[in-house]
Amino acid sequence: MVMGEMELTCEVLVIGSGPAGYAAAFRAADLGLDVTLVDPRPKPGGVCLFEGCIPSKTGLHLAELIFDARQAAAMGLHFEPPRLELAEVRSWKQQVIDTMADGLLQLGARRGVQLITGRAQFENSTTVRLEHAEVRRVRFRHAVVATGSRPVAFPGTAFRPGSRIINSSQALALADIPESLLVIGGGYVGLELGSLYAAFGSRVEVVEVGDRLLAGVDRDLVEPLQRRLSGLFAAIHLNTRVMTLTEQDDGVKVQLQEAGGGTESRFVDEVLVAIGRQPNSGDLHLDKTAVQLSERGSITVNRQQQTADPHIFAAGDVTGGIQLAHKATREGRVAAEVIAGQNSGFDVRAIPAVVYTDPQIAWCGLTEEQAGKQGIEIAVQKFPWRYSGRAQTMAAADGFTKLIVNPEDGRILGVGIVGRNAESMIAEGTLAIEMGALAEDLALTLHPHPTLSETEAEAAEIFIGSPIHTLPTRRGDR
Amino acid sequence: MSKTFRLPDLGEGIGEAEILAVHVTVGQIISEGDLLLEVETDKAAVEIPSPVSGTVQEIRVHKGDMAKVGAILISFVDSAAAGATVQPAPAAEPTVGKEPGTVPAQQIDAAGHPAAVPGAPVPASPATRRLARELGVDLRALTPSGAGGVVTKDDVLAFAEDTDKAEVLPTAPEPAPPAEAGTEIAPPTLPDFSQWGPVSREPFHSIRRATAARMTTSWTRIPHVTCQDAVDITRLEAFRRQHKGEIDQAGGRLTMTIFAMKAAATALKRFPHFNASLDPAAAEIVVKHYYHIGIAVDTEHGLMVPVIRDVDRKSIKELAVELQGTLERARERRNSREEMVGGTFTITNVGGLGGSYFTAIINHPEVAILGLGEGRMQPVVVTTGEGGQEIVPRLMMPIILCFDHRVVDGADAVRFLRRIIELLEDPDELFLTMI
Repeated sequence: MVMGEMELTCEVLVIGSGPAGYAAAFRAADLGLDVTLVDPRPKPGGVCLFEGCIPSKTGLHLAELIFDARQAAAMGLHFEPPRLELAEVRSWKQQVIDTMADGLLQLGARRGVQLITGRAQFENSTTVRLEHAEVRRVRFRHAVVATGSRPVAFPGTAFRPGSRIINSSQALALADIPESLLVIGGGYVGLELGSLYAAFGSRVEVVEVGDRLLAGVDRDLVEPLQRRLSGLFAAIHLNTRVMTLTEQDDGVKVQLQEAGGGTESRFVDEVLVAIGRQPNSGDLHLDKTAVQLSERGSITVNRQQQTADPHIFAAGDVTGGIQLAHKATREGRVAAEVIAGQNSGFDVRAIPAVVYTDPQIAWCGLTEEQAGKQGIEIAVQKFPWRYSGRAQTMAAADGFTKLIVNPEDGRILGVGIVGRNAESMIAEGTLAIEMGALAEDLALTLHPHPTLSETEAEAAEIFIGSPIHTLPTRRGDR
Repeated sequence: MSKTFRLPDLGEGIGEAEILAVHVTVGQIISEGDLLLEVETDKAAVEIPSPVSGTVQEIRVHKGDMAKVGAILISFVDSAAAGATVQPAPAAEPTVGKEPGTVPAQQIDAAGHPAAVPGAPVPASPATRRLARELGVDLRALTPSGAGGVVTKDDVLAFAEDTDKAEVLPTAPEPAPPAEAGTEIAPPTLPDFSQWGPVSREPFHSIRRATAARMTTSWTRIPHVTCQDAVDITRLEAFRRQHKGEIDQAGGRLTMTIFAMKAAATALKRFPHFNASLDPAAAEIVVKHYYHIGIAVDTEHGLMVPVIRDVDRKSIKELAVELQGTLERARERRNSREEMVGGTFTITNVGGLGGSYFTAIINHPEVAILGLGEGRMQPVVVTTGEGGQEIVPRLMMPIILCFDHRVVDGADAVRFLRRIIELLEDPDELFLTMI
């Protein structure tokens, strides 16, 4: 070997080039540090860009078009039935990914971030050994572990290429559209991908072991979605456990057991396993460092993203908690800033989350469920979209906007939205919470008419007792 | 349930206090109103009664510590739980008892807004929170000025700018960065003085430190200009000696300072910009229509500046009596906080110590300070009635005016000082025109 044991020394080594990793690397470089970024993928972006957020949204965008075209018939606009050319869809999706990835590649290069393709394993607190890379060893002053997470496999099975039992990454490759697809898991991944495949023509059944879809999201927000999905999916099995998966040449045999009921069996073309994700901390040889892991394998960090090892920071999914790209990005930035000596910290009061089903569900801050569990007193006001002119014009009147408010001072603690375009509207609620806004502030802020954003102001107006498009719940005080 | 006692807001922008004495011990059962601590601020010594009843669980301060407003000083176990086993020390942020009557433990600001309840996040925007983090400012220690109790960026900046408050505290986990770190050049490290001879070190505490902070603020923020003159007080001194006895009998002391106060108040009415404060943030000059004059007093604890209110509305006799009482209280450190604030102009008289010419530092945010030296017999050239000149002995007193050149110009200052000189040189003029 000509290369021998080529070694590299840098101030900051970032392991993993997903949203947490590239944010950490870019921020550290902007703060004048010498940064190396290592990832098995040749381009930055991580799961989010290559097999998560971005490809799923290109597909869901098409699903929404299919639904809208069908719904337009009721408004007098008629289209031919849609014709799906899967190869073209794949190439469109790839084009989106490539554009974004090349952009990140350039942004990194311009900042002088050294990108190395390979897998890193710690030798000690200040050195990693690289596998499958031109550089064999990197010495660093600080490292940021941002290796993300991976889908959990169904017990007794493994995700193999070409298998009919697939995970979200494989589902987003859009290799084919199976006639029948069984989705294990009623969380957001299962529902988004189930919606996508149902729109593309699969017969979709969802199996959820719990008594409801989207555990952790307030029930009232889930109801309108569940109604819609009941029509879109062939079946939603709640309180149902998948006992066995048996892969055969022409399909997968699934044994279901309903809680307190009998067993049923299904034979489907493919099974999508969407039962959660686990942190990628196992192959890093973290035992050579002082880093500490939780029981679930996530890296324990403080609000400065510091691990128990003074040289090592961690950010994103690998640190556990809610697995969201925007949270990961902030954590990466914080890690870089702390390394650069800034007095930074993860100081976020409202993490927004969006489920890209149709209707969408978005929420931020406190949920009713959390308030109940933690014994926090709240006042809740909902503005139903059937009173919104804009929602009616879009035939999206089944949504609503909910404000969760501190009854004492009127400060906004949480916002929940179900309906079209909730993804964009939630940002106003997030800003309101971060700024310490009162419901009154939201009510007195002019919202353009006719838009869906008005529903946020109207919900706030209900709280202060003076709504226009619905009747006040109390009288006289304003 | 455990409760904590935090150093209450002592008012008037006081950010910290020195613990003079701790009157309780761990395990002691106390009732509401019992004396907890004695603290000393740069303005006064204050005794703090307990706002709650309970058993003292932990005392986090010792005699001589500096404690910041809002810092946890003592934690208690509730009376109800006091009989049970004492709970382990609370975590870093235990809650303060919320029941009524815990004022001053619960802070109420001047506008009547309760301060944020510990435990709940302090309402503040993300940018404000970041600034506070960077400046090492505890949002809970601030009095919010924003609508609905929101802490603003300006609140944080104002708090941090007060060097007095931003100083390192024994209870703070990490040293806070010095205020205005970006604009101040760090002082060079000191050499080891003991290599050249024996040294001893003394604490730099309370009044001394407050004075240092205040003087730094004044000197670095105000472009100072000094003008000096001498005032012939021969006639005024004769008048003073003549009436000294009556004032003594009334319990006062007739000094040059009394006349200077009266002359200054009279001149301030004619030159209102010397009775003002500059508000750079609002781009306005705040002219005060009251004449509260601070008198610098040398005490064994350090420099104090008690304020005599409404000098323009009081007679010479009243002022002489009032000032005497104030000075006595200052020397015994018994001035109330109210007595120490609200001045519009300051006089410092070093004549009694035998001082002559000097320059003074303006008492920020005032605009000017008047200094007096010792009256000494001097040969003075005077013009006689016939137009001739002769040298005569006269009692001449150095008089100094230091002023803020942002607010007033040199010509104004000379006119203002001349007016005071005219009044002091001619007691008839003073008594005819004084107000």
